[in-house]
Amino acid sequence: MKRVYVDERWCLGCHLCEYYCAFANSGKSSMIKALKDRHIVPRIRIEERNNISFAVSCRHCTDPLCVKSCISGALSVENGAVLIDSDKCVGCCSCIMACPYGALSHSESGVIQKCELCKKNEFGVPQCVQGCPNKAIVYEER
Amino acid sequence: MRYVILGGGAAAIGCIEGIRAVDASGPITLVGAEPHPFYGRPLISYLLEGKTTREKLLAYRPADYEEKRGVRALRGVRAASVDAEGRTVLLETGEVLPYDRLCLCVGSTPFVPPMEGLDAVREKTSFMTLDDADRLSAMLGDAKDKRALIVGAGLIGLKCAEGILARAASVDVVELADRILPAVLPPEASPIVQKHIEAAGVRFHLGESVKRFEPGVAHLSGGGSLPFDVLVLAVGVRPNTALAESARCRVERGVVVDDHCRTSVEDIYAAGDCTVFPDPDTGALRPLAILPNATMQGETAGRNMAGGRAVYDKAAPMNATGFWGLHMIGAGRYEGEVYRSQSGDATKLLYTKDDRLAGFLLLGDIDRAGIYTALVRERTPLSSIDFELIRETPQLMAFSATERAKKLGGAAQ
Ligand SMILES: Cc1cc2nc3c(=O)[nH]c(=O)nc-3n(C[C@H](O)[C@H](O)[C@H](O)COP(=O)(O)OP(=O)(O)OC[C@H]3O[C@@H](n4cnc5c(N)ncnc54)[C@H](O)[C@@H]3O)c2cc1C
Ligand code: SF4
Ligand code: SF4
Repeated sequence: MKRVYVDERWCLGCHLCEYYCAFANSGKSSMIKALKDRHIVPRIRIEERNNISFAVSCRHCTDPLCVKSCISGALSVENGAVLIDSDKCVGCCSCIMACPYGALSHSESGVIQKCELCKKNEFGVPQCVQGCPNKAIVYEER
Repeated sequence: MRYVILGGGAAAIGCIEGIRAVDASGPITLVGAEPHPFYGRPLISYLLEGKTTREKLLAYRPADYEEKRGVRALRGVRAASVDAEGRTVLLETGEVLPYDRLCLCVGSTPFVPPMEGLDAVREKTSFMTLDDADRLSAMLGDAKDKRALIVGAGLIGLKCAEGILARAASVDVVELADRILPAVLPPEASPIVQKHIEAAGVRFHLGESVKRFEPGVAHLSGGGSLPFDVLVLAVGVRPNTALAESARCRVERGVVVDDHCRTSVEDIYAAGDCTVFPDPDTGALRPLAILPNATMQGETAGRNMAGGRAVYDKAAPMNATGFWGLHMIGAGRYEGEVYRSQSGDATKLLYTKDDRLAGFLLLGDIDRAGIYTALVRERTPLSSIDFELIRETPQLMAFSATERAKKLGGAAQ
């Protein structure tokens, strides 16, 4: 299955992936409307320190500890992608306890969110990858 | 290969997944005593609280889950005994099921200590099953006029308290230990959480037990008495071992399994709350009654039943929970050297021992806690990472560049 892979050697620390993610999942028609003057809470997040930076989002594990820990059945695997049904989620944070990458977080409205490879929004392919100007994030089969 | 799974909870789901990962077609029969499809057992308090619905709770797995996996599920049926020689299971209906591989996923039963006068209390229940939740809901009614008494301030008792507080006139909790959540929190964290729960309106009676019940009144060991209308017993649970005993499996408080989830009897496996297994650190047999453990043991058992090779040697206690908006995540053991930090309402406790993160607890700010959990579970040598950095915030930056490249660019794990 195609996944998002990150190579920190190419990361510029520009945070564009975070913006593209926030926009893609905002349901808004323009990036300006979605992001202007807002504190964004993207599903991909940059870690940075000294001169190193890299993006972290869900790895869509073949052995997803989040799914195995979820008490509500909100997390599931569909064709290899790990998806979340926010409607079922009760916010217990067992998934946050279990994920070794720290890839789940609370959204602006407080519900649990994670990267779903843009499978559920209008774009269909990961927008963080589209937004990365230096190919530090790629979407491919490995 | 014919598979039989006894029990219909999280361990059974794991077992089905494990079997089907290796064997796509061998017939699986599941026997579950509860007359419901798979449901998230921990959701019963959220149901009472109105944070989930019955439909969602019962949709823990999709409606066609069993059909798609070739599982014949007998629900509302109990297994009576296992004949390991003849490789059959006798059901309470009289039906006899032959098996080639059997998995015991029968969970645990609430433990009720002897208490004088308990038999005379009519409005009482445990808090383990959906039927318990329904019973409790009916006893409380809608008038908000019932005084609830919960015996036990463990996770189950306190989740119950959260579930019913808004629907009861009052909630009192009696606990024998001198602090709340004694099995889930380190001693220094209990008072913080207690204060938070008290602020919501729950009253605690710690270091006390019920000496005697009279209709409508509980007399406490400390001399006081509490009037109540509805009683919830949440003192603890005991692994269900009767079926394992009938099959002559080794039982020590729970069904003893190894890291392949095998019992002592050939072709019989067990998983979840009914088991005890050697602690990866100490070797001592112990239960681990949490949902992730049930799923993962179940999967291990399933794979091995189907002829695969799976080892589950990374079991660690871990809990994520929350009360009235205060989130908490903890894992491992609260022993060794303590690092404590406090920022605003957030508390962090890290316990290090022998170059490992032995355990941790986060209260309030639980962001990316799984990175800590992984250090505990993987027994990562702290000398191999930048511990000072990760101590401040859970982050992948604390790992070496090679390790990071593997984590973020390597094949998915
Ligand atoms: C209120 C509550 C809150 C909880 N919260 C959490 C939480 O937040 N996080 C967490 O990790 N864990 C939590 N737990 C614990 C978690 O639910 C259990 O660890 C988990 O359900 C264990 O799964 P299991 O499959 O081993 O057993 P169970 O889920 O108990 O399933 C066992 C099944 O076997 C059936 N059975 C028993 N005997 C027989 C028989 N003879 N024949 C046929 N069937 C039989 C039982 O009826 C039952 O349906 C909570 C538990 C409760 C009660
Ligand atoms: S959320 Fe975490 S555990 Fe779950 S699939 Fe993604 S990376 Fe893996
Ligand atoms: S927070 Fe939601 S998605 Fe995460 S484990 Fe709990 S119920 Fe499942």
